[in-house]
Amino acid sequence: MRRLGLIIALIVGALALGPLAFAPARADDAMPPAPYAYRQLDDPKLEEKAQRLMETIRCLTCQSQSIADSDASLAGDMRSQIRQRIAAGEEPEAIRAWLVERYGDYITYTPRVTSLTWPLFAAPLLILLVAGLLLRKRFVRRRLMDGEGL
Amino acid sequence: MIAEFGLAALWFAAALAFLQLLAGALALTGRGEGLGAVIRPVAVVQGVLALVAFGALLTLFAETDLSVKLVAENSHSAKPMLYKIAGAWGNHEGSMLLWVTVMGLAGGFVALVEKRLPEPTMQATLAGQAFVSLGFYAFLLFASNPFDRLSPVPAEGNGLNPLLQDPGLAFHPPTLYLGYVGLSIAFSFAIGALVTREVGPAFARAMRPWVLGAWIFLTLGITAGSYWAYYELGWGGWWFWDPVENASLMPWLAATALLHSAGVLAARNALRAWTVMLGVVAFSMSMVGTFLVRSGILTSVHAFAVDPKRGTFILALLAIYIGGALTLFAIRAATVTEGERFAVTSRESALVFNNVMLTGSLGIILMGTLYPLVTEAFGEKVSVGPPYFNPVTAIFVVPMLIVLAIGPLLRWRRDNVKRIAPMLAIPAVLAVLALGAAIVLAPGRVLPIIGLALAPAIAAASVLPLRGRKLRQVKLPLWGMVLAHLGVAMALFGMASDSAFTTEKLVAVRVGDVTPVGPWSIRVAAVEPIAGPNWTALEAEMQASYEGSAPVVLRPQARTFWAPPQNTAESALHTRWNGQLYTVLGDQAADGRWQLRLWWKPFVPMIWLGGVLIALGGLLALLGRVASDVRRLVVRDRIAFRRERQGR
Repeated sequence: MRRLGLIIALIVGALALGPLAFAPARADDAMPPAPYAYRQLDDPKLEEKAQRLMETIRCLTCQSQSIADSDASLAGDMRSQIRQRIAAGEEPEAIRAWLVERYGDYITYTPRVTSLTWPLFAAPLLILLVAGLLLRKRFVRRRLMDGEGL
Repeated sequence: MIAEFGLAALWFAAALAFLQLLAGALALTGRGEGLGAVIRPVAVVQGVLALVAFGALLTLFAETDLSVKLVAENSHSAKPMLYKIAGAWGNHEGSMLLWVTVMGLAGGFVALVEKRLPEPTMQATLAGQAFVSLGFYAFLLFASNPFDRLSPVPAEGNGLNPLLQDPGLAFHPPTLYLGYVGLSIAFSFAIGALVTREVGPAFARAMRPWVLGAWIFLTLGITAGSYWAYYELGWGGWWFWDPVENASLMPWLAATALLHSAGVLAARNALRAWTVMLGVVAFSMSMVGTFLVRSGILTSVHAFAVDPKRGTFILALLAIYIGGALTLFAIRAATVTEGERFAVTSRESALVFNNVMLTGSLGIILMGTLYPLVTEAFGEKVSVGPPYFNPVTAIFVVPMLIVLAIGPLLRWRRDNVKRIAPMLAIPAVLAVLALGAAIVLAPGRVLPIIGLALAPAIAAASVLPLRGRKLRQVKLPLWGMVLAHLGVAMALFGMASDSAFTTEKLVAVRVGDVTPVGPWSIRVAAVEPIAGPNWTALEAEMQASYEGSAPVVLRPQARTFWAPPQNTAESALHTRWNGQLYTVLGDQAADGRWQLRLWWKPFVPMIWLGGVLIALGGLLALLGRVASDVRRLVVRDRIAFRRERQGR
C-alpha cells in the first residue's frame, strides 16, 4: 500500500514537475524517497522558511497531520518539492498557491477567505462583539450589578 | 455464554434506567408518592449491572473469544495481556459500554452519598441521569451491540492498531471518559435544579466535586493524549488541532468555565443562570465530542454515510439531549431569581470576564472543527488547521491569561484597583523583561513571544495570593488554585519555548558518524535487529553527549508489527531539566546510510508538567472541598443525634 502510494505520488510528481523533480533522482528499483524529503536545506534561513510553509500544508494521505509531521511518502515528496522550490528562490505563498491550484483548498491549513469560508473569519469578530457588548452592558453602568443573563 | 450474560445484564440495566426515569417523573408530578423512595436503590443496581456487562466484555477480550465479533475485529491471541484488555475500550462499541458503565456507577454513587439537596431535586437529578443513560443504552443495544457473535468463528483476530499499543494510550480513553461522565453528573444536577427551581449555593456545592473530578480527569486525559502524540507519532508535534483533540479540548474549556462559575455560585450566590447554562454546555460538548469522533463524521462526511444507522442515531440523541436541555433552560431561566450583585472591580467580574473568554474560544474551536463539514456539504473541501486556530484562539486566551494573573488578587463583591496595583509591580516588571528577552531571542514569532513574556508574569502572580498568609494555615482549595495557575504558566512557557527554540536535524549517517543538534552531539554506535512479542524492529544505539559531557544512550526503534501489519517509529527521548532530546530512527537508504530525525526541544516537558500541575491543583481543591463537606456532614449528624437524645 505504501509503495503503491509512493509510485502514484512519484508518477503524479513526474507529470507535474517534469525535470525539476527528477533531475536529482535516479531510476532505481528501490524507489528512494525524494531527495529533500528527509534532508534539510543547507541555509538555515531558507530551511526555516520551508519549515514554516510545510507546517501549514496538509498531508493528504494522513489524518490531520501536516506534511512536516508525517512519514507518508506523499508528504515526503511534497517536503522535497517545497525545499527545492524555496532553494530556487520561490516565495512560500507562491508555492502554496501552486499547491492549491493542483490539489484544491483542502491542501492548505490556512483557509482562504472565499464566499464559502467568510463566516469562519467573521465568527471571532462576532463573538468578540457579543462578548464585548455583554461585558459593557454590565461594566459600564458603574453600579452594583448581578451576573445574570450573561 | 459470557457474551449472552453480558448482553442480558445490559438489557436489565437499561430496563432499570427506564424505571428510574419513570419513578422520578411520577414522583415529581405527585402521582407516585411511594415511588420516590425507589429511585436511589434502582440507580445503584443499574450501575452495578452496567459494571457486570462491562466485566463480561473484559473477560471476553482477556480470553480472546474470537466467536465475538468485536473481539475478532479488534484483538489477536498474540497480543500482550495489557493490550488485550485495553482493546476492550479501544473501539467504538467497547468505549460506549465503558461510557455507560462509568455513568451508571457515578449515578449510583450520587444516589448513595448525596444528601444535601432537597429530595425532589435529587429525584429530578437521578431521573435526568437515567434519561441520559437510557439514550446510551438504546444506542448500544440497537446500533452498536458489543456482544454480537460471529459465525463462522475466525482462526485469528485482526489485532489492535499498533499505534494504540502503548501504555499511555491504554489509559487515555478511560481517563477522558471519566471526565465526560463527571460532566454528565453536573448536567443532571443542573437539570434537577432547573426542574425543581433550586438553583443556589447548595446546588453549586453538590455539583462542584463532580465538576472538579471531571475536570481533573479531562486535564490528565488531554495531557496524556498530547504526550502520546508527541512521542508516538515520531515527529515531535504535541498538538495538531485535530478534530479528535478538539473534541477533548472543548469539554475541558467548558468545564474550566463551569468550575469557576460554580465557585462563584457556591461562595457568593451569584451567576446562577450562567452556571446552569455552563452545566448544560459542558456535557453537550462531551457528547458532541464523543459522538462526532465515534461516528467518523469528523474525518469526512463520507465516513459518516458508510454507517448511516449509527450516524442518524447519534444525531437524534444529540438533538434530544442538547435540544431538550436548552429548551428546559429557556423555559426556566426567567424563573431563576437574580443572584447576589457585585461591582465592576471585583473577583466576580474577573471570573465573569474569563468565563466569557473561555466560552468564546470554545465557540471558535467548535466552529473551526465543524466548518470543514459545512463546506464539504457545499461540495468544497477545505482544511482548518493550526494557522487558523493558533491566532484566533489567542485573541481570546491572551486577555484571559492577563485577567487570570490579576483576578485572584481581587476581593469578592467590590474592590479597588489602587489596592492591588502595587502587588502587580513584580509580575509587570517580569513581563517587560521577558518580552525584551523574547524579542531578541526569537525575533518575528509573535505568538511564542507573547507566551514567553506572559508565562513568568503569570507564574509570579499566581503565588501572590499566598502573600502575608501563614502557609500552614492556607486552605487546600487555595493551594489548589495557586498550583493550577502556576501549571498554566508552566505549560504556556513550554509551548512557547518549543515553538520558539526547537532545533531540528534531519540527517543520513553511517554507523560511527557524529551529528550535532543544538548543544548535543550524537554518535550512532550500532543498529541491531531486535524482536518483541508481536513485532520485530531495528534498534539504533545512540550515544548523546550534552556539551561534551559523558554520553547518555538512547535506543530509538523502527518497528514492524505483523498483526495488523504496520510500521511505526518508536522514538527515544532523553529529558534534562532544560529540555528534551528527541531521536527517531528512519529507513536505511540505498547507500547503507541511516535516516535520523533529531530534535533538541528546550523546556518542552514543561507543557505536560504544567498539565499535571493543573490536575494536581484540581485534586487539592477537590480534597479540600470534600473534606469540609464531610466535616459539615459529621457535625450535622452529631447535632441531630444530640437533639434526639435530649428529646427523649
